[in-house]
Amino acid sequence: MLLIPCPYCGARDQTEFGYGGEAHRARPTDSDRMSDAQWAHYVFMRKNTKGVFAERWVHAAGCRKWFNALRNTATDEILAVYRMGEPPPGGFTDGLPTPAGEPAIGSGNDGSTVALGAFDPGAGGDRP
Amino acid sequence: MGRYSWLSLLREGLGGHRGWGRAWRDAAPKPFYDAVIIGGGGHGLATAYYLAKNHGLTDIAVVEKGWIGGGNAGRNTTIIRSNYLYDESAAIYDHAMQLWKGLGRELNFNIMMSHRGVLNLAHDEGEMRQLKRRVEANRLNGVDAEWLDTREVKAFCPILDTSPDARYPVLGATLQRSGGVNRHDAVVWGYARAASALGVDILQNCEVTGLTVRDGRIEGVETSRGAIAAPKVASVTAGHTSVIAAMAGIPVPIESHPLQALVSEPIKPITPCVVMSNAVHAYCSQSDKGELVIGAGIDPLISYTQRGGFHIVEEEIAALLELFPIFSRLKLMRHWAGIVDVCPDASPILSKTPVTGFYINGGWGTGGWKATPGSGHVFADLIARDEPNAIAAPFSLARFETGKLVAEHGAAAVAH
Repeated sequence: MLLIPCPYCGARDQTEFGYGGEAHRARPTDSDRMSDAQWAHYVFMRKNTKGVFAERWVHAAGCRKWFNALRNTATDEILAVYRMGEPPPGGFTDGLPTPAGEPAIGSGNDGSTVALGAFDPGAGGDRP
Repeated sequence: MGRYSWLSLLREGLGGHRGWGRAWRDAAPKPFYDAVIIGGGGHGLATAYYLAKNHGLTDIAVVEKGWIGGGNAGRNTTIIRSNYLYDESAAIYDHAMQLWKGLGRELNFNIMMSHRGVLNLAHDEGEMRQLKRRVEANRLNGVDAEWLDTREVKAFCPILDTSPDARYPVLGATLQRSGGVNRHDAVVWGYARAASALGVDILQNCEVTGLTVRDGRIEGVETSRGAIAAPKVASVTAGHTSVIAAMAGIPVPIESHPLQALVSEPIKPITPCVVMSNAVHAYCSQSDKGELVIGAGIDPLISYTQRGGFHIVEEEIAALLELFPIFSRLKLMRHWAGIVDVCPDASPILSKTPVTGFYINGGWGTGGWKATPGSGHVFADLIARDEPNAIAAPFSLARFETGKLVAEHGAAAVAH
């Protein structure tokens, strides 16, 4: 379960929030001149990024305001939150070794964590 | 590679099981293949098997990032059914159902197929009308389906709470008797063994890191074990379909979500069938080991982490206990998630793409397991002939432009 930092209320439990999917999708203003392919692209096609992803949340059981978040979908780490209408802050990297690969920490996939050598069961340390 | 039989079982039993040998070859990558299948799950291995068996295309590699059957093939709840509302869906899922029936014999591998019946419960009048409509639609499409009233449901699955004062009373249910469950590892290994015997190379720990496209035509794949050239490349990567498609610059209408499942401690046989409910949103069956296998809905957020939120588990268990109060003292043993690739119309994509020689099989969302043999069968046909057959045609990428969607959300039961 995520702890989501609402930009208006502070960190709250994920159960208070509704999910709004991909952010920054502006409805085209010239839809009467668009082809079916262009329209399909707006209505249906999604980035579905593995890595740093801009998305919308609504604090449904709190202030009821919408906001944007940057989250690494390969680790679920929330990198930044920002208000609607603002551009996404830059400077974040996804930590993925390959496009379909898993980051060293936080993938939820212990098999890959062991394979990447980030977890050494003989070292006596905590699991990442 | 010897044939499995009662005789081989007897021989190995007496010999201490030391002579079984490998079920399939662990191949080394060659620089060139006639076709490369990306993804060594059930659908990918089935595609390779039918390409080799039905189309004589044996110079094939199945490349798998981890180990075969380690993704969604190993993470689903193995429910088999084909009682979908629309003609297009009934055609492909029932094609799979007919193949499931003889698959163990065909692959010479015990897939532990159990046609124990699938109940879809109705908890209110609207749902009852909708499910009865589905029974009639199924019958018109030759899919076995029947309607049970409350008493018949109780007789079929006695541990269900069918009392009239239940929070969500059971008003009736659809029953597909040919539905049931099977063994996911066995299906994956059965297909791998049969495909390998026909000459297919299965390459594990071989992650695709890029696609080579020149002048709108696929030329091969870059992998963690070197470049492989091939005139035909097919993506069968479930949750990572968007990632692979992006390597060829192809936008897809898919969003990837975690879908969680749970198993309980093993108990004596008590659940005689698969029980699914949309209104309370849970589904449950009992494995041959005795564990209850429990599933529910997806986590709402897009994620590639193979885990989900505990609040989803809480809802899932609350739903389950509405149906089966008898399970309230059971302990859960394991809990995991797989990444499902959901299309806006809850129907799959089996399609050619704007890149010549590159094919996509994905978007099965929360319900891909039941389609495994049918999906592989028609997708192999599409790759071999470069044209979709009548079953695959409605599931092209082009449907998102024409608007001819196969909208199975709700109609097919939200729970898969």
